[in-house]
Amino acid sequence: MAYIDRRPGIRPRPTLGRRLDIAARAGVPGCLTILLMLLTEAPLGIAGQATLLPAVALCSVWFWSLVRPESFPPPLVFVIGLLLDLLGYLPLGAGMFTLLCVHGVALTLRRGLALRGFVWIWLVFALVASAASLAIWLLVMLLNFRLLSPRPAMFMAVLSVAIYPVLAVPFAAAHRSVANPEDA
Amino acid sequence: MIRLSIQARQALARLTLPVLIVASFAMMLLGKADALLAERARTALADGLAPIYAALAAPLGRVHDAVNEAVNLWDMRDENARLRDENEKLRRWQSIALALDAENQRLKASLHWIPDPDASFVTARVVADAGGVYAKAVLLSVGPNHGIRKGEIAVDERGLVGRVTEVGSRTARVLLLTDLNSRIPVTLETSRAHAILIGTNGPRPRLLYWPEGVVPQEGERIVTSAEANAFPANLPIGAVHYAGNGAPEVEPAAMLQKLEVVRIFDYGLNGVTAPEPAARATPGRH
Repeated sequence: MAYIDRRPGIRPRPTLGRRLDIAARAGVPGCLTILLMLLTEAPLGIAGQATLLPAVALCSVWFWSLVRPESFPPPLVFVIGLLLDLLGYLPLGAGMFTLLCVHGVALTLRRGLALRGFVWIWLVFALVASAASLAIWLLVMLLNFRLLSPRPAMFMAVLSVAIYPVLAVPFAAAHRSVANPEDA
Repeated sequence: MIRLSIQARQALARLTLPVLIVASFAMMLLGKADALLAERARTALADGLAPIYAALAAPLGRVHDAVNEAVNLWDMRDENARLRDENEKLRRWQSIALALDAENQRLKASLHWIPDPDASFVTARVVADAGGVYAKAVLLSVGPNHGIRKGEIAVDERGLVGRVTEVGSRTARVLLLTDLNSRIPVTLETSRAHAILIGTNGPRPRLLYWPEGVVPQEGERIVTSAEANAFPANLPIGAVHYAGNGAPEVEPAAMLQKLEVVRIFDYGLNGVTAPEPAARATPGRH
């Protein structure tokens, strides 16, 4: 941020290049999330790869809703949820509803968690991810009129919690650098 | 753009999340009301993404091969000894198979047997998982003029894989025989009894509805049955295995965990293919 920007007052409209820069930085969280989701569907040949997609979506929505909700508005969460439903072959609306709820929870807990450290955020995420996996499991059963084994839901919760630190570290680096509109 | 007061804008911003949550419920209803909508959207998305995944498959495959190579080098000696043993066993079987084949030909010739028509097939690469967490299916990348239709049979080099359930312009989705919705009419090879193979989303589908008086034997081979005109007869599926709770399951012969290339056979069967949307409207029900 330039020195002049730190002082209050009226100043000329930012130039086109700067506005583009700000917009691009604001778009980083969404693009990063969608790109990662598409990447989890690539033929990586990992066992249990199908569960990576909801896990990555949950982690991304939780992280960015907590640290940078202004770049991660509800309509974006809606689109990510739609992508999760379509790519993950979930019944339409199941992933969408769950991710929007996760977003809402993150927004309410934001102030409380901002002062705590990473471990706290991770612990709360463990609860949120378990609840989200349960919600998706219940919705899939409800929308398909079918009883399903709870094992995939448990695996989804465990995998989400396990990969959260792996994603959070690069996300935090991006949050401080490329995704920060104030750096423009 | 409409200019709003700051208060109105804040109120709107606060309303977005509840409105979108309601919208997601509306999507659930929409998905239930028009199941084809989601299917079409998925196929369109898969068609768009398949070329990217197909392009990624080659370098990712090379990385995989390199890793496998390293692992193989590690236990090459043991592997070699095992293969030599197996080779000897297979050689014995080969001579038996050749003798049986010759005998079979002679018997068929003396019976004036009408040979089964040869089925045409195309080979396609598996590019992505198409099942998600609660289904078992794979996505195939096929050329633009592939001619694959719903209901065709997917087979890998060892046995039955599943059936084509959705076809896009560049992709086809194959429902695996382990999927929860998979029902396959089968024959127990030694007793020739019919049964139904029911997917459970687990690695081994369950065997159900075999006739009274017949008990599936552990290790007995399971092949498809031509009943219901959905599958050709005698495609290998797998072998019976009794689970811990005493229920017979089938260990699929096909390597469903790591499918790379499958063949799609057109046997010209249309026994239980889902009717096309236009043909679905039955008289008296609109």
